[in-house]
Amino acid sequence: MKKHLKLLLVAMLVFSLAAVGGCAQKEPAPQPGAQTPAPAKVLNVGTQATYPPFEFVDKASGDFIGFDMDLIRAIGKVQGYEVKIQSMGFDALIPSLQADKVDVTISAQSITEDRLKAIDFSDPYFKGGLIVAVRADNTTINKYDDLAGKKLAAEVGTIGAAASEKLKEKDPKTQVRIFDGIGEAFMELEKGGAEGVINDWAVTDYYMQTDGKDKIKVVGEIFQADDQYGIGIKKGDAETLQMINEGLAKLKTSGEFDQIYKKWFSE
Amino acid sequence: MAITPYPMLFGATLWEKLTAINGFNVVASNWAYFIEGGLVTLQLTVLSVSAGMVLGLIIALMKMSRWRLLSSVAVIYIDFFRGTPLLVQVMLFHFGILPIFIDSGPFLSGVIACSLNSAAYVAEIVRAGIQAVDRGQMEAARSLGMNGSQAMRYVILPQAYKIVVPPMINEFVMLLKDTSLVSVIAVMELTHRGKLLYSTTYEAAWVWGAVCVVYYIMTKTIAMMGDWIERRLATE
Repeated sequence: MKKHLKLLLVAMLVFSLAAVGGCAQKEPAPQPGAQTPAPAKVLNVGTQATYPPFEFVDKASGDFIGFDMDLIRAIGKVQGYEVKIQSMGFDALIPSLQADKVDVTISAQSITEDRLKAIDFSDPYFKGGLIVAVRADNTTINKYDDLAGKKLAAEVGTIGAAASEKLKEKDPKTQVRIFDGIGEAFMELEKGGAEGVINDWAVTDYYMQTDGKDKIKVVGEIFQADDQYGIGIKKGDAETLQMINEGLAKLKTSGEFDQIYKKWFSE
Repeated sequence: MAITPYPMLFGATLWEKLTAINGFNVVASNWAYFIEGGLVTLQLTVLSVSAGMVLGLIIALMKMSRWRLLSSVAVIYIDFFRGTPLLVQVMLFHFGILPIFIDSGPFLSGVIACSLNSAAYVAEIVRAGIQAVDRGQMEAARSLGMNGSQAMRYVILPQAYKIVVPPMINEFVMLLKDTSLVSVIAVMELTHRGKLLYSTTYEAAWVWGAVCVVYYIMTKTIAMMGDWIERRLATE
């Protein structure tokens, strides 16, 4: 018995060392034949990688992909930064900027007055706006106002959650269930725990065409259509702000921005 | 939101300094919101521990049963619930299993998941307690003409009860803290409220600090009540 235990412990140790070693080896490997000298500067990027098509994990490779991911990598490239992306809760993005855990955040963040009190935003890069999603068989909810008094699901810290809470003013019976990710909110809708989800149109659209196909549909018009997404930067960090805005402008003039846009949004 | 003034507690100048801090104002104007969240947490815990105790006792007896079928069901149950994370169980039940049977709200899903999880731990506590009672007690009870279940009810369980109380109070405290995990399915308990407030105010230190204080008051109170019960049992 004791012998087996020892053997097990040794095996575990070997495996964990092998795993760590395997990871460590990958990191510093220099790219052979890279024309530009290895970028010395690192841009630490925070995102919540559960928000397709803006940021999500590629099922096959495990990489962070999406519109935002392509965009920030492109900005890093034209500005000479090595982009390091880490995923975290959406509600942790702004505090992470404030606590210097990351340099910028790109996570389909709408530029709102409340957020501007806490952080700075780059120039807008995407036209947002909200849309209502209901179950595919629902016929009674046709627009935002119809949701008053209903059970809603939303993602924590989003403008969709704020718009959901706002319906409580219209009808105090409105119940809002806030989840960590939009995926859970859609699941709650599909399983019948909520009658509507208010969320960014592009994300809801994408979900409706992929995992939520035939399960949910969108109703009514896009509202809060003046909403725009920006890249989050720590309040007062003018240097990074300028660097990001410059990069964004370069991509827009070179046409690369449009290419990335077309890749993720067909229309 | 208006801030309830408590200058008398701090003195006028300290009060002015404090109210100049945004995070303090966030906490001060939301104290009732935190307390309500604490009460939801407490409800969730008490319901789950109560249900967990009943179910846990049944599973403990099943595990000690001579019938192989009963005991293996109990073993599998305990292994599953102790061997997988509660967070995963909460999501599995709320989104996966419960919707097949009932239309349960987050609170009910949370209570069910926490009860089932707690039952596994309680079962092991109870089993250890029963097995800690001297074997001679069972033999003596049987020799007095009691059958197995009578001996269990009137002789073994009352003695096991004393042994089981301290780890049971510990389980209560553990579960109270673990109920924070049901915030992922939007139960409006303390942690979820903290998350909501933090997601709009970004005052991490103040909001999570306040959440900690409320949790600490609750766990400390339970621990003190537990000490009191243990002392009473010791003198009996």
